[in-house]
Order: sequence, then C-alpha cells, then structure tokens
Amino acid sequence: MDIAVVVFLSSGLFLGWSLGANDAANVFGTAVGTRMLKFSTAAFICSAFVILGAVISGAGASHTLGELGAVNAIAGSFMAAFSAALTVYAMTRAGIPVSTSQAVVGAIIGWNLFSGYPTDIAALLKIAGTWVACPLLAGGIAVVLFKLTTMVVAWAKLHIYRLDAYTRLGLILAGAFGSYSLGANNIANVMGVFVQANPFTSFSFGGFATFTAIQQLFLLGAIAIAVGVYTYSKKVMLTVGSDLLPMSPVAAWVVVVAHSIVLFLFASQGLEHLLANADLPTIPLVPVSSSQAVIGAVIGIGLLKGGRGIKWGALVNIASGWIITPVVSCLVCFVALFFLQNVFNQQVYKDSSYVLSEPVLDEIERRGVSTKKLAAFKDQRFDSVREFRNVLELEMTIDERDESVILEVARIDTILINNSKLWLLDSKPLSDEQRAAMWNVVGRKFVHRWMVDRALAEASDSWKSRPATKKNKLFNRRLQQDRRIIYDVFRIEEKR
Amino acid sequence: MSSLFRNRRGGHMISLFGKTKALEAQTEEFCNKVSEGSLAFRIGLLAYLTGDREAFAEKQRQVSEIESRADQLRRDIQRRLYLETLLPESRGDVLEVLENTDKILNSCESAMWQFFIEKPEFSDEVAGEFTKLVLTVVDAVDALVLALRAFFRGDQSISDHMHKVMFYETEADKINHRVLGLVFDSDSDLSYKNQIRHLVLHIDYIADIAEDVADRLAIFSLKRAI
Repeated sequence: MDIAVVVFLSSGLFLGWSLGANDAANVFGTAVGTRMLKFSTAAFICSAFVILGAVISGAGASHTLGELGAVNAIAGSFMAAFSAALTVYAMTRAGIPVSTSQAVVGAIIGWNLFSGYPTDIAALLKIAGTWVACPLLAGGIAVVLFKLTTMVVAWAKLHIYRLDAYTRLGLILAGAFGSYSLGANNIANVMGVFVQANPFTSFSFGGFATFTAIQQLFLLGAIAIAVGVYTYSKKVMLTVGSDLLPMSPVAAWVVVVAHSIVLFLFASQGLEHLLANADLPTIPLVPVSSSQAVIGAVIGIGLLKGGRGIKWGALVNIASGWIITPVVSCLVCFVALFFLQNVFNQQVYKDSSYVLSEPVLDEIERRGVSTKKLAAFKDQRFDSVREFRNVLELEMTIDERDESVILEVARIDTILINNSKLWLLDSKPLSDEQRAAMWNVVGRKFVHRWMVDRALAEASDSWKSRPATKKNKLFNRRLQQDRRIIYDVFRIEEKR
Repeated sequence: MSSLFRNRRGGHMISLFGKTKALEAQTEEFCNKVSEGSLAFRIGLLAYLTGDREAFAEKQRQVSEIESRADQLRRDIQRRLYLETLLPESRGDVLEVLENTDKILNSCESAMWQFFIEKPEFSDEVAGEFTKLVLTVVDAVDALVLALRAFFRGDQSISDHMHKVMFYETEADKINHRVLGLVFDSDSDLSYKNQIRHLVLHIDYIADIAEDVADRLAIFSLKRAI
C-alpha cells in the first residue's frame, strides 16, 4: 500500500479514536462509573465486540452514507473525515454535545458543495429523520423495558446480593451487545467516506469465505475505535457514570439495552431483510448518535417516573446539535478542501464528464424524464459536473429529481470488459452465474454505466434488477454493489 | 469468567453465585441473631423482674454470645462487600443498616450488664410497667428484623413491618414516661430515682435505635425501587 494512502487514512483513524474515546462511555460508562465493572473488563469486551460488529454487520449503515454523497478521491475522504473529527473535538472542548454521525454527514455535504456533485436530498432527509427518531425510539424502548424489568425484579423477589450479581452479568451482556451495535452502526461514520476510495482489495480463504475490501477497511477503523477505548475512554466513563441522573444499576442496565437495541435496529441488514420479506416497512440503515440514544433512554425513564429531575436543557442541546454540528462540519470541510486543493495541490475529488447523446436521451426518456428541454444541447459534452449542473439548473430549469436521473444517465464512465482483466473477478464476491455471464460481454466497450447494466442484464437474469418492491430492495442493493465491482475493475481512464 | 467481575479471589461463574449464596446465608444468620438476641433479652429481663436471678444470668450469657457472633458476622459481611466490591451503589446503605442494627444487640447486652451490676429493686407497680416496656421494645425489634429481612430479600412487604416499628417505639415512649412518672412521684431517694431513670432510658433507647434503622431502611428501599 502506498504511504500516501496510510497518511490519508490517518484522519479516519483519528475519527475512530475519538469515537472510541467518547462513545464507548455510552455503553460501559454507567457500569464502570458505578464500579459494577472494572475498566479493564469493560475495555476488553467493548473493543472485541466493536470490532466484531464493524466487520460483520458494518456494511448496512455505510451504504446510506454512500447514497448521500460518494467521496471519490482519497484526499477528499481524508479531509471529510478530518473535518468531522476536528468538529467533534472542538465542539466537545466547547462543551457542546456532539455526535460523530452528524459531523460526518455535514462533512460529506461540504465535499458535495465543493466538488459540485449534488446532495441526495431524499437520503439527507432519511438520515435527518433518523436523528429525530433515534432518541424518541430509545426513550420508548427504555420505558417499556423499564416497566418490564421493574415488574420482573419485584416478582422475582431477588436477594439484594443476587440482584447485584445478576445486574453485573446483565451489564456485561448488554455492554457486549451495545458494543457490537456501536461497531455495526457507527463504523460507517469512521470509514464510510473511504469506501469509494478504498485502498484494500478483497481476498478469499480457500474459496469458501471472503474477506472483502470493505471489511478490511472496517477492521482497521474498528481497531482505531478499540485504541480510543483503551487510551482515553476511562476518564469519560467515570464522568458519565457519575454525571448522569442518579440511577440504580438496574436502571443503568435498561439504558444500555435500550441504546443498544436502537443502534442495532439502524444497522441490521438481517432485520431489514426479515421485515422486507414479511412486507413490513423497513428501518433505514443509518449511522445514528449513540449519545443521543442514551439521553433519549434516560429521559424516557425520567418521564416514566413523573418527569422530575429531567434536565430539559439536554433536549434543547440535542436539537441544536442536529443543526449546529453538520453546519460547522460542512463549513470546516469546505474551507479545508479549498486549502488542500489549492495550497497542497491534492486532488480532492474526481470530476466527471457528461454527454447528451442520442442513446442517453432515449434512456432518460425511458426513465420517465422529459427530454424536451435537453434537445437543444444534444450531442454536447460537458467536462465538469459543476458546468453540467449549471446548464441543467440555470438554462433548462430542471428540478432536482429529474436532475439526478439525468446526471446518472449522462455521466461518461468508459468501461472496457477486457479479457485480460477477467481473472480479477475471481476474488470478488460474485455468483458463478454472474461470472459466466461476463463472457457474453467480453471485448465490448461501454461509455456509460447503465449500458454495462443493460448488456449484463441481457446476458443473464442474475444481472437483472427486479421490480422496485420492498422485498426486492435488498436484492437490488446487492446487485448494485456487484455492478460497482464491474465498473471498478474494468474502468479505463479516458483523456479528457 | 470470574475475571469479568470485580472479584479478587479467582474462581469461576458458579462459585461467584456460590459466594453470593454464602453472603445471603450470612446476612440471614445476622438477622436471626438480632431476633434471637432480643428474645433472650426479653426472657432474661422478665426473669429478673420475677426474681429468677439464675435464669437472668443464663440469658445474660446467651445475649453476650449472640452479640459477639453477630459482631463477627457483621465484620465478615463488611469485609466481603469491600473486598469483592459488591453492591457498589448501595454498599454504604447496607453497611450502615448492619452497623446500626448491631447496636441493638450491644444495647441489649449492656442493659443486662447494668441490671446485673446495679441489681435494682422494683415495686410491683413499677415492675409491671417495666415488663410492658420490655415487651414493647422487643416487639419493635421483632418488627424491624422482619423489615430488614424484607429489605434484603427484595420483598415489597417492607413497609408492612416498618409502620409497626414506629408504632412500638411510640408505645415504648409512653410507657417510659409512665414509669418515670411513677418513680419520681414516689418518696424514694433521688439516687434510686436516677438509677431507675437510667435503666428506663437505656431500654427505651433500644426501640429508638430500631426506629432509626427503620427510617433509614425506608429511604434505602425507596432508592432500591429503581
């Protein structure tokens, strides 16, 4: 691996470290703060399960961040992660509660603004919606769980020492679950911006298990989180444990479990699959703030007890964080990208070219967008996303939804299915059928991604998108990931 | 697995719950000792008041033994709670309750010593009131032990017992005033009056401790109610 890549990844590791230092305290803070568990025990369990969660279930939430904006040059990824980490650090120093998720989203939008690529408003709304839903959901779950636990404890008539022993065991199990969920949900914050510019390559163990490039990336991020846990979280844990509302260890357990369930819900692809198959509405897989989940759960229990002793200021702080954090992070990222590009001469984004050729116009029409306004620019080529969007928005006054379709279809991405590169697919997680279908398109050259998709779909059903229903959502997402593998392997750089 | 817990003694999971069990048993035994001590105290003093000095001496010995066993149990429980950092949240509360409850036995023992050394004489009327005082004080201690057991066992019935402690303590105060009234209205020497006053206050003090412990228990059980 290039040394520059290591340098660029360092900002993600910094972000991971700060996440480990701060957010691990949400999982084990009360247990360690109340001395129910030793710090060394908590740190070990936390690190191990954060790594497991990140590597096994981390992919779900990172996908949504990818929808928001695909940071496509590693220097840009570096700056996005660095801006987010800087924002988190500065705001924590200023005493403003801050969430890594919100900082990362702000940084990605900052990159979008700088590079000229559009921000997917639907994805942004989806993410912002979960920020509001996360504390509410945590509060609701905490209330139900608290009621149940109180009932069970009263019914079981446990001896004071036995309750103590069970609570310890419960805190360990809940902490392990919480750490797993934290890793699964929040690794996207740490490493999500590097996914598009991932320097790793997948490899498989004897053909039966594959360690994907993304998993390797996430492992690295998770190790950074673990280092954060070991080196810095003790202090934070002790403050969290004593600063929180006076709570009994059992209530602390309820808070940890509620927090973990919420993080798990927003990260579990398995659950999404289950819900989709049962034709139920799915939960968006989005990195959420673990601190806000904890605060939501604490307030839920407080309300259940009659609302006394709740610090309502905390609610105002949360809500203001939803806005302040991403805005600050967005600005920091934008300014920093400017410096990185113009002072340090780094490529912080890869620009794209667009063409409105005949087949492109046909495809746009096929996707239900009128090409009437585009006709005047037929066969014209645009060599930057900013230029093309300016034309679309200012001269053609095309709305946002149509614009995203046009951008996708008209984008030039030259892909040559080169015979000599086919072996590269051996290590990729593709099905045999998909691999076999590649022989039908060998030697062909495509100017746009959708052309590759179409040719592959004609070659085999395994490359064909299914109708956009809830049940097919996961299949189609998976297919999109497989297609991305093809683009990445066979892309050829064209002189512009 | 044991290293997962704050436990310096090694062993594993099963032994952890084994230790929990041993601690439970010790706490139960402590409660038993308090209850037994107060019963022996009652029988001993009633024997004294009926003139049976031999039975009194025997019960006095028994109370001393019970008191030292209870002391030993209390120290052992305290040591374990600290060494194994159990009940980090409510350890202070539990220790306070144990220490104050132990004071009941100390008071029983020292009151009996006072009787043994001072050998006070009572008129029939005063002896009758004294008997009532002893019975009421021991009732208060009994109710406290029930509340204590409920507290440790996580039983909701704790308040059922607590109000009885309060009731008996008030009754003991009333009897205390009656005895003192009777004694100070009599023609006895001031030295005798003072001697009786000390004895009455000493016995009444046992009910006062019981009430104090019950008050603390009420607060701790509220804290425990999650």
